[in-house]
Amino acid sequence: MLNFEVTGSNDTRSGFGAGLLEAGKRNPNVVALCADLIGSLKMDAFMKEFPERFFQVGIAEANMMGVAAGLTIGGKIPFTGTFANFSTGRVYDQIRQSIAYSDKNVKICASHAGLTLGEDGATHQILEDVGMMSMLPGMTVINPCDYNQTKAATMAIAEYEGPVYLRFGRPKVPIFVPADMPFVIGKAWHMHEGKDVTIIATGHLVWKAVEAAKDLEAQGISVDLINIHTIKPLDVDAIVKSAAKTGAVVTAEEHQMIGGLGSMVSAVLAQHQPTPLQMVAVDDSFGESGTPEQLMQKYGLESANIIEAAKAVIARKG
Amino acid sequence: MKSTEELNQIAHQVRRDIVRMVHAVNSGHPGGSLGCTDFFVALYFHVMKHQSQPFEMDGHQEDLFFLSNGHISPVWYSVLARAGYFPVNELATFRKLNTRLQGHPTTHEGLPGIRMASGSLGQGMSVAIGAAQAKKLNGDKQLVYTLHGDGEIQEGQIWEAAMYAAHHKVDNLISTIDVNGQQIDGPTEKVMSLGNLRAKWEAFGWNVLEMDGNVMQNVIDSMAQAKALTGKGQPIMILMTTSMGKGVDFM
Repeated sequence: MLNFEVTGSNDTRSGFGAGLLEAGKRNPNVVALCADLIGSLKMDAFMKEFPERFFQVGIAEANMMGVAAGLTIGGKIPFTGTFANFSTGRVYDQIRQSIAYSDKNVKICASHAGLTLGEDGATHQILEDVGMMSMLPGMTVINPCDYNQTKAATMAIAEYEGPVYLRFGRPKVPIFVPADMPFVIGKAWHMHEGKDVTIIATGHLVWKAVEAAKDLEAQGISVDLINIHTIKPLDVDAIVKSAAKTGAVVTAEEHQMIGGLGSMVSAVLAQHQPTPLQMVAVDDSFGESGTPEQLMQKYGLESANIIEAAKAVIARKG
Repeated sequence: MKSTEELNQIAHQVRRDIVRMVHAVNSGHPGGSLGCTDFFVALYFHVMKHQSQPFEMDGHQEDLFFLSNGHISPVWYSVLARAGYFPVNELATFRKLNTRLQGHPTTHEGLPGIRMASGSLGQGMSVAIGAAQAKKLNGDKQLVYTLHGDGEIQEGQIWEAAMYAAHHKVDNLISTIDVNGQQIDGPTEKVMSLGNLRAKWEAFGWNVLEMDGNVMQNVIDSMAQAKALTGKGQPIMILMTTSMGKGVDFM
């Protein structure tokens, strides 16, 4: 069952671009804004198809968030596009007051999240965005794992009423989510049934978790594998049920330990199903320049790290 | 539309409301509220086409107003109540627990008339621009109005918005700056000089007017002049001179 059919390889940002175009075709109220990164965000196709519904903002992200909030007044569904750092930390107060507290139906779409941006270094590799966005009351936070899931998520959030933070990235990663799989906000994807350890992964770490699970199963360790694409609201039920069954949990994400998926799963388990847990995440550090592969290795976000964490957490079972 | 004399009478009532509201809780910002009273009364009782009942967030076929310097909420709340958006007796709940009349305006408690939260400064122009562009997409010919404090325009986002509005020819937007020359730490010229405001806004591509915000007839005439300038490819800025605390002799 861990033999997911890999149908190709592409970047998740291209899934966003394709999803945005499709959402625009389905709903004339979908509009898009970009802060001088049309090519990087793959928003070209939408811009060409719907030039009157596309707004170039220039290098002015704070204004972009406000204009997006305003466009909702009159029934538009705005999608903003820039890098994850400039979509969150740079404009936190604009999102907080003009979008979240003002209950505006804005979709904040953020590319180049995490370390896999690579060579540009730590100024562009945000590892705190999930934490910041999750703290905002009413904000939905989604981190899809491949091209197909990102495309489906993009179309799904267009139909959802409320502010959303959608986080995706730059590197080409295997496409393994079935193209026809429906995307349900807040519903975990139970990828594989197992009994010895639960692995909960999000974003680019999902494929690495699949590879780790294959390796662990080959070693006789049975893995319950869960893809959490919606980090907020979290699928508490899926997490608690799996933890109750396996008694050991590993989380894997391209984000800081503090404020990320691991933190949130820990909070759920501590309250509902106390269970030993190991986090595969960045440990209180900024990133740096390097190739995506080098960085994922250096910061411990590889399959090997997930395997190691799984064995360590199994050893802690009571 | 009301006569200038009727508008002045409403302004008297609104000033009484402001003082009562702020006095009742010993907090709030009466100075800027009193200074902008004539502007608000003119806007809601003479200039804008708007609907108080039922209040509709999208405001299709209505003129929209956005208050960017949210701390002068008392004047806005009073004018909204007097214009029929909610009961006048609700003004007595200002800044009290469980009120819809929060210290700074918000949509979050569902107060009719409010379309965005403001308080953290510099954000309202961007939101108003978005609403103005949505009107254009919807083929809605009505206008969008904003008000800003003069100290507020020290925020960088204002200038991002100024550049954007001119570039995108947002010519269904009439913004006003309350030039009262004061901010928390002292006169604006001492705290952070604003320089030549007319030259600054003109350089950013805006059509700039000036008015005396404490002379009702001047407000009405200037707003009519501003309206006549819409639809010509440029956003419009009104530099409005006011006195903080206008109408209360010891303020």
